[in-house]
Amino acid sequence: MDPRNFNKFYFAPIGATTMSHSKAAGVFIQDEPRTDWHDETLWFVREKRDKAVRQVPEWEQLRELASGIKDHTLSNLDNYLSAFEKNALANGVKVHWAADAAEHNDIILQIIRENNVLRIVKSKSMLTEECHLNPFLIEHGVEVVDTDLGERIVQFRNEPPSHIVLPAIHLKKQDVSQTFHEHLGTEAGNNDPQYLAEAARIHLRDKFIQSQLAITGVNFAVAETGGFVVCTNEGNADMGTHAADIHIACMGIEKIIPRAEHLSVFLRLLARSATGQPITTYSSHFNRPRVGQQMHIVIVDNGRTKQLGRPDFRNSLKCIRCAACFNTCPVYRRSGGHSYHTAVAGPIGSILNPNLDMKANADLPFASTLCGSCSNVCPVKIDIHVQLWKWRQVLTNEGYAPTGKKIAMGGMAFVLAHPSIYRIAGKMGRWVLRSLPFITNNKTLNPWYKQREMPTPPKQSFRDWYIKNKR
Amino acid sequence: MKVGLFIPCYIDQFYPQVAIATMELLEKLCCEVVFPLNQTCCGQPMANSGFANLDKGCDKNFVNNFSGVDYIVSPSGSCVLHVKEHLHDEDESKSLQIRSHIYELTEFIVDVLAVPNITAAFPHRVGMHVSCHGQRGLHLSSMSELVAPTFSKPAQLLGMVTGLVLTQPKRVDECCGFGGTFCVFEEAVSAKMGKDRVSEHEANNVEYITGVDVSCLMHMEGILKRQGSKIKTIHIAEILNSMEAVTVSN
Ligand code: SF4
Repeated sequence: MDPRNFNKFYFAPIGATTMSHSKAAGVFIQDEPRTDWHDETLWFVREKRDKAVRQVPEWEQLRELASGIKDHTLSNLDNYLSAFEKNALANGVKVHWAADAAEHNDIILQIIRENNVLRIVKSKSMLTEECHLNPFLIEHGVEVVDTDLGERIVQFRNEPPSHIVLPAIHLKKQDVSQTFHEHLGTEAGNNDPQYLAEAARIHLRDKFIQSQLAITGVNFAVAETGGFVVCTNEGNADMGTHAADIHIACMGIEKIIPRAEHLSVFLRLLARSATGQPITTYSSHFNRPRVGQQMHIVIVDNGRTKQLGRPDFRNSLKCIRCAACFNTCPVYRRSGGHSYHTAVAGPIGSILNPNLDMKANADLPFASTLCGSCSNVCPVKIDIHVQLWKWRQVLTNEGYAPTGKKIAMGGMAFVLAHPSIYRIAGKMGRWVLRSLPFITNNKTLNPWYKQREMPTPPKQSFRDWYIKNKR
Repeated sequence: MKVGLFIPCYIDQFYPQVAIATMELLEKLCCEVVFPLNQTCCGQPMANSGFANLDKGCDKNFVNNFSGVDYIVSPSGSCVLHVKEHLHDEDESKSLQIRSHIYELTEFIVDVLAVPNITAAFPHRVGMHVSCHGQRGLHLSSMSELVAPTFSKPAQLLGMVTGLVLTQPKRVDECCGFGGTFCVFEEAVSAKMGKDRVSEHEANNVEYITGVDVSCLMHMEGILKRQGSKIKTIHIAEILNSMEAVTVSN
């Protein structure tokens, strides 16, 4: 793998090589049958979620409770983080603090070097994606094997994950078969999922057995115990950590919950929201290193305190990364995760990423119709669509609106604030539509017209009718 | 009861028949309807595009037009939601008065007028489009994401219409993809979402698609027409105001 290409995919700002969401979505949709398949696959997950949550009569109260716990935690984050550190240290865990992605990556590289580690496995961690740990380690001559099946597939293909729970959801089994044929030597054209999974299992088993160091994410870190919980369906986090002598767990500062009993709220919400399962197959509790093992926790800020300081957006930090908002999002389902050009895509990504880089991610809050379905499925009740709307205002006020839009909106606001000008403009608009339809019926000048007819303009407006008929 | 009729700009210009139906319907239901002549727009197109800061002129004009009526009623869920959430004035008591007295048409009929029945006849197969802002914003109907009892104010009213057969698309409340300026800035996704909505209604063999928001209907109408479909879009006010003859076969 050429790390430079990888970096390009990950890091390029908009206007360099990365396309804006709308452009990338346009490319994605060109393959309409594939778009339909992507949409239907994710809708199926949404429906499974619906069925699962309807089995829990107190579902809405549970969401309220989870939201309350997270709000409380965010308001007392410093205390809970220190308590967590104290308890983890007492358990014999080494705790590291990283202000940003670079520090996070350096800390991990240092642990690797100090211990002369060569073979590393990593289970799913969106934080390490956010910090671009893999390309960083490759640049420093260290190879990491992603052990989540979906992540391994995209890793082979030199692509970032397109979904935070289902990283390879943009790929069909034919694509996976081809990838495995190239990288694992499976039979060309054999698309049998069982055959392919077996090949991956054999391949990964080797990696697990040989691994010296295992990196995992953290779903929940419990302040009162200093322990943490990692949820997977494949058991790959456990396989990795059980075999390796060193375990590094990476977590954002917002992963803290105050007490172990709060797990009973979050574990019930997480898997039901994510995939419609009552609970993830493995919810592994890590409290202290085994005898002879090193356990490290890297606690990362990387923009989170900045977001915490934005009153309108702070509660985006309640997110437990279940991806329910992805699966329900009609835009995400039809544009694919890569069109969001960020580690965390989807609706939540569109309110987290502008915080990290407003300029590069100024398009994302607009990749939504503000339909509000995301906020309704969110197990921690983040008002995602409201924050999307608010980010739009912030981006405009900070000067990130495209010039053409600025001019158009200024003109529109002027016309609509002046009733008499509005009436003339309205008349002219209808006249143009009626008399000179070639001006508006133009697929290059008028995006509406590409796939939709214009409304038929009536001779008179309602106001004209009203004056004639009612007064 | 004096009702100020708020007709959003694009309805005024392109869909006067929806405004006429709304007015006639409210009059049938014994409201005194006034149409303030200098109204233009609620300012939503700017605000949803990130330019809420340009809305002052629109807001001022809105307050000037709609102060002094008992209720403000509009055949557009999304415009009503915008006013409810974002209207401001130098004198905030004026804007708050409007914000707390503005209603989308069907919620006004169900919640304020609370009429036991409506005399209307529309003998057709009609597909219900649930518009997001009316539904998730104004709570005109229950939402498929929530574990809560189901209800629908628009469907309740359509249930009073003689001869009408109401159908639901497979995904009962997925967004149609209009989304204000989203429809041009994210043209590809917007059109795809619209096509998908329309095809679910087609599968139900509907003659019409109806809803509480002209904007969604305009978007779907554009797609239907481009496809050469026979399905028409119609605003709920037009149905509730219609008295088509129902042929009774023995
Ligand atoms: S924002 Fe809510 S729905 Fe989306 S991933 Fe986070 S917790 Fe899940």
